[in-house]
Amino acid sequence: MIKFLSFRLVQMFILFVVFLSIVWLLLQAMPGDISDTLIGSPEIPLATRLELRARLGLDQPLFVQYWTYITNFFKGEMGVSFSRYPKDVSTVLFEALPRTIVLFLSATVLAFWMGFKSGKLIAWGRGGKTEQVFIVGGVFLQTVFYAWFAIVMLWVFGFYFGWFPIGRFISVALWQGSGFDATDVFEEMILSVFIVTVIYGVVRYFIRRYSQNLVTEQRMLRGTLALAVSGLFLYWYLDPARTYVADIAHHTMLPVITLGLVAFGATMLITRSAMLETLGEDYILTARAKGLSDRVIRDRHAARNAMLPVTTSFVLALSFVIGGGIVTETIFSWPGMGLLFLQGIGVSDIPLVAGALAITGVLALFGHLIADILYTVLDPRIRLT
Amino acid sequence: MATKETIRLESEHVDDQLDTTVLEELVRGEEVTATPLWKIRLRLFRRSFSQNWGLFKESKMGMVGLVIIAIFGLMAVAHPILMNTVWDPLVYHPVTGYDSVVTEYTIVEDGAVVDPLTELELSEARFELNPSVKVGELVRIPSQPAPPSLSGEHPHFLGTDPLGRDIFSQLLYGSRAAFLLGFVAALTTVFIATTVGSIAAYYGGAIDGFFMRFADLILLMPLLPLLIVLSAAVRINMVMLGVFIGILSGFGAEAIVLKSQALSIRVKSYIDAARVAGGGDRHIIFRHIVPNVLPLSFLYMMFGITGAITLEATLSFFGLLNVPMSWGIMINTASTQGYLLSGTNYWWLLFPAGLAVSFLAFGFFIVGRGMDEVINPRLRAR
Repeated sequence: MIKFLSFRLVQMFILFVVFLSIVWLLLQAMPGDISDTLIGSPEIPLATRLELRARLGLDQPLFVQYWTYITNFFKGEMGVSFSRYPKDVSTVLFEALPRTIVLFLSATVLAFWMGFKSGKLIAWGRGGKTEQVFIVGGVFLQTVFYAWFAIVMLWVFGFYFGWFPIGRFISVALWQGSGFDATDVFEEMILSVFIVTVIYGVVRYFIRRYSQNLVTEQRMLRGTLALAVSGLFLYWYLDPARTYVADIAHHTMLPVITLGLVAFGATMLITRSAMLETLGEDYILTARAKGLSDRVIRDRHAARNAMLPVTTSFVLALSFVIGGGIVTETIFSWPGMGLLFLQGIGVSDIPLVAGALAITGVLALFGHLIADILYTVLDPRIRLT
Repeated sequence: MATKETIRLESEHVDDQLDTTVLEELVRGEEVTATPLWKIRLRLFRRSFSQNWGLFKESKMGMVGLVIIAIFGLMAVAHPILMNTVWDPLVYHPVTGYDSVVTEYTIVEDGAVVDPLTELELSEARFELNPSVKVGELVRIPSQPAPPSLSGEHPHFLGTDPLGRDIFSQLLYGSRAAFLLGFVAALTTVFIATTVGSIAAYYGGAIDGFFMRFADLILLMPLLPLLIVLSAAVRINMVMLGVFIGILSGFGAEAIVLKSQALSIRVKSYIDAARVAGGGDRHIIFRHIVPNVLPLSFLYMMFGITGAITLEATLSFFGLLNVPMSWGIMINTASTQGYLLSGTNYWWLLFPAGLAVSFLAFGFFIVGRGMDEVINPRLRAR
């Protein structure tokens, strides 16, 4: 495992340097250079211009500039944002990063969980009207024009029914004079959810490891989940910032549901076809011949193997989900990296755009890594080399 | 002579009737006129086509998809015809046309408005229209977006957009743009992916390694952000975007899929036979491997078109593409003019374009699924 991980990390590093080089090339392809953006007025004398170019290192040969760019990135220096002067790009980005990751992760987990369950069930009860409805719905969700879908969702649930706030991260009026900082509260929320998830994961592992009976096991798992969720709720109920926490959670829901629904369609369809393929395998017949219950065959023998293609598809879908994240953040005015990125494009804030693109690349790389590790955990036949 | 032999051998497979007659003639020692090769190929093609068509017809969703694509195809064809015959370009041109709903208002004293639909306050009219209007005058105020109208001098089946342009005309024009983009992207993808996949599978080794690592790199790229940056730097039009998407997916995911398919073909005995018969590398790749990979690549082409259409709509929704009109731009116009949350009040601004993108993508996707069932026997419902 360590050998595999170190190999993958080296590979990731190389890929990332290539990616950074492409970002740098794109920046070079933009008309003019940064000094033109900084001093737009033609009245500024040439000498000042040249001095600024020298100070920014733009008079040096391209290779030196390239080297400076790459090394500076690894030192964490991504320059100063033009549109949010005098904030550093890294400060701006790292403030927005947790929001993007939360949006992205919760949508993915929701989509994966729901998609896997429903895909499993419709493949098992094949040939009914329900299956048809689910397939058509799944395909529609997968091919729907996402920006439009998000607008419609925002209109229906945010505006028409008024169940959710219309965009943004917090209700500013509520937070004014509260003495709480949204970023701090949000980080505390993430931490608490993370701790509960880890505890639940450990307990779940032991239950699965030592239980004999599938039915009691599933009951125990459900109980643990209920306990974990209610523990989380209780903790936040007792917290002094509970209205503000609820406010953030309320704002998070609609974007997560929207992004999750679209990813749900794809996961469900892939799970269904993977299940259909595993259900035709000989070991399913063997399991039936052994007289195992339907539920054991479905959940233990078929669904587990059907999980593999779903994981692969996740890798392929990663770049799509990142794109979807940008659209979601724009439409829901969710102040994450995607929104920063688009705003940066709009005002040609080049350092910010380049930084956001690079961080997105890092996210994509880690997504791939996680999917790879999951894959090897799920399928022991794949040797870790 | 050798070619005639092979032709006869191939024709044996084609038609049993022909087979026996040819044999009889041969036995009688008569001179046999060989069927030209292209005729045999055509017949083979027609036969496999009708076989596959039979399988495809069984998938109901695939047929629905074909109907959807056909409807959009008709729309794309109809636009230039309508523009040249029925529609006045000054009113119906998708980009420069203009029309509006004209409402007549009577100017009344301030605070004396009884019916706000036909009467206007004096101060408001002076402020908004013309400082010299008087009480009792009739003013005509054009307003867009106009709701759908089926009759009148210039009927607008789907109303007009916030700039007074006919939505139906834009919708038809947009389907032309979408087809252009989809086919450019798909053809580029298929061309690159089959070539790269076949070459990588045939040669293996370093060439394979290079192309596969390259594909990994492309898979890693966040496509939409990169395209956004690119469109900020370069003015991208429809064909360029199509070629760009085609290159990325051709060297990326599809190259991997088609390579694995080409690998399974490379080990078939007829490849060995071709090599023994003295076929060169290029001959084997383009005459034996590529034709066998093509069906699968057409399948992925369908999914590729879906992706390209959605990607284009997203980019033009952000207003980043240099195209005169497309479905994404229609939604962009509605949202930048402040109709983002207008919902059902101005449904013709958001719904036709959004549904058109979704349905065309849906159509290509389910045709792809139908073809998948033809190519992958395991998926068939039996």
